[in-house]
Amino acid sequence: MRLSPPLGGWGAKRKKNKMRTIFYLIRKEFLQIFRNKFISKAIFAVPLVQMLILVPAVTFELKNVRLTIIDKDISPESRGLINKLNGSTFFKVSFSTFSDEEANNLLHRNKCSMILQIPSGFGKDIGNGKQGKLLATIDAVNASSAQLTWAYFTGVVRDYNTDLIKSNLTTNPVIPLPGIEITNRYWYNELLNYKYYMLPGILVILVTAIGFLLAGLNMVREKEIGTIEQINVTPVRKYHFIIAKMAPVLLIGLTDLSLGLIIGKLAFNIPFEGSILLLFLGSTIFLVAVLGLALFISTFSSTQQQYMFVAFFCMIIFILMSGIFTPYESMPMWAQDFNLVNPVAYLMRINRMVMLKGSTILDISRELISLVIIAIAFTTLAVRRYRKTT
Amino acid sequence: MKRFLGFVKKEFLHIFRDYRTLFILFGIPAAQILIFGYAVSTDIKNAGVAILDMSHDEITEKLTDKIISSGFFRKTETLLNYNDIDRIFKKGKTKAVIIFEHDFGKKLISEGKSSLSIIADGSEPNTATLVTNYTTAIVNNFTADLAGPTLNNSLRISPEVKMLYNPELKSHFMFVPGVVTLILILICALMTSVTITREKEFGTMEVLLVSPLRPIQIILGKVMPYFILSFINVLLILVLSWLVFGLPVKGSLILLLAECMLYIMMSLTLGILISTVSSNMQQAIFISLVGLMLPTVLLSGFIFPIENMPKIYDYVSSILPPRYFIVIIKNIMIKGTGLMYIWKETLILIVMTVVFIGLSVRNFKIRLE
Repeated sequence: MRLSPPLGGWGAKRKKNKMRTIFYLIRKEFLQIFRNKFISKAIFAVPLVQMLILVPAVTFELKNVRLTIIDKDISPESRGLINKLNGSTFFKVSFSTFSDEEANNLLHRNKCSMILQIPSGFGKDIGNGKQGKLLATIDAVNASSAQLTWAYFTGVVRDYNTDLIKSNLTTNPVIPLPGIEITNRYWYNELLNYKYYMLPGILVILVTAIGFLLAGLNMVREKEIGTIEQINVTPVRKYHFIIAKMAPVLLIGLTDLSLGLIIGKLAFNIPFEGSILLLFLGSTIFLVAVLGLALFISTFSSTQQQYMFVAFFCMIIFILMSGIFTPYESMPMWAQDFNLVNPVAYLMRINRMVMLKGSTILDISRELISLVIIAIAFTTLAVRRYRKTT
Repeated sequence: MKRFLGFVKKEFLHIFRDYRTLFILFGIPAAQILIFGYAVSTDIKNAGVAILDMSHDEITEKLTDKIISSGFFRKTETLLNYNDIDRIFKKGKTKAVIIFEHDFGKKLISEGKSSLSIIADGSEPNTATLVTNYTTAIVNNFTADLAGPTLNNSLRISPEVKMLYNPELKSHFMFVPGVVTLILILICALMTSVTITREKEFGTMEVLLVSPLRPIQIILGKVMPYFILSFINVLLILVLSWLVFGLPVKGSLILLLAECMLYIMMSLTLGILISTVSSNMQQAIFISLVGLMLPTVLLSGFIFPIENMPKIYDYVSSILPPRYFIVIIKNIMIKGTGLMYIWKETLILIVMTVVFIGLSVRNFKIRLE
């Protein structure tokens, strides 16, 4: 029997068939994900709840540092200083005692984070034009908090000092000193609202975690329960299968991203300076990269447990190195070099730059191009490593 | 007993068979310690700064040199125009712009006053604050040098500081306890929940349930290898942080190890609880990894102190076991305090363990559905 070529020739039909194969495979994947009642809810509920709870919590801002005061002087000067400390937003005088031992005990017990000792004679020394001594003891387990506490404390003392000089101005005139007046402003986030900074970051982590786990686990699960054999004996091409494994997770990831952005807008009023389209473009490329890596790793793993551990290891390293909590530039060179292949680091930057500063596609072109290269590399590796034969 | 030992041996074989998992089990803490020790820090180094000098005199150049050579900053660009600021901020390399006004030096000498402004990129609040603080400090020092001895006369108060527990202000004191806390709960909860759910999902639980082993023996046998492995992990982290960072255990080592055992127990029972509510491995992994990871890192006081959070988080975080363990381990390792100071936290962990066991026993099904 002679077959007459269909309209548009054989090629078009084959192409159409190919598309149909992928379409059916994708449908199968969706069914598999959403059949699991828990997972189908968790992939949307977990990011939602965690964003709502975690974003407002996280801050490096220091406030209400609890002070224990040992005021052995009890003079107008010492009381003035204590009032000044209490009046600042950073300090809160929680305890007052005369015993060094008790104060140390409070510090040990974590009831306060700083002890201020005002020795007797403090007020007198100041009145006599001598230097008044103060001794601060700071709990320095958290080194950066301790440094900030000390910086704020010296700031308050300096202010108090100026007050004293001003009030003595009539009796003891000072020569005007050359001074540089410093004004400072913060752009894009004038009040230094940490939520603006953390929301894009936490969103990246959640999308990464869900994409990475879901894609890889689904693949390894097929291996573990043996259903992958059924796919392997069909004419389904390797890349069909990989695309079908990626597409649903990609969509889920982007949905999570949209949900996160909606929460950011509605609950935290995060500014959107840049183009949302650009944000989604970056996130799509990023997800392809992450899913490619996930599927690549899954080709090495034969059980879900194994995969989970490798994924956990990669995720922890990617996330910690991405600069989510820490400035990217202060990392040593080797760490910055590592970040060249770390997709999370790129999206962390892209998200923050586009959302908060309104960076354009030109500003982030380097990051986008790198992500595209990583995405292509990981996906190619995944397709090549995937074996249909046993 | 012999039966039970046989079962434990089987579980060990399951784990040791898979060298890759074993490698990662010990690789994760090692990698984390090294990353926190060498790669990430909250301090700034080489932060990009651009200069917009509208004066170009001797003083502004001197001051610029002083700022750039401080080690905290790196000059990215010399700007000519105020409108360029937005452009370079959007590229992301520059964290702050320092602007000198017209006739900066001249005004400083003739009028005794001139002004400088720092514009920082607030999209990274922590970096922005640090950059501003450091620059301000450098400029203030510069002014003090200019003023000479007259300024010192006007300084009436001289505060001194003693940094207790950590005089050299090392960040290791913060993250080593954090890493122990994070790793133990994640690995223990994850491992146990996954192995038990695995037996359920593949139907091998049935085989175990019809065996003469009692359910409690099955659970204990499942948990025992992970208990031992996690304990080795603790020792590994302690030895590593001692060798690499010279971080000693100030308090009693025995107390520390005992508390670690308690915390491992707690995490394992949490894992068992997760496994009783999960019907398949993916579910168990989701709960123990996605559900536990971020809250543990962010709300336990590991990186972000709870005191700085809004008040309500004091209550929210109180249901998280890591919060208590971090206090315990910091107290013993760094402050060197004894049980007297941490009995409350210890008690809470014990209560949590008991509650988890109770809930698991109630949920554990010896019959198949």
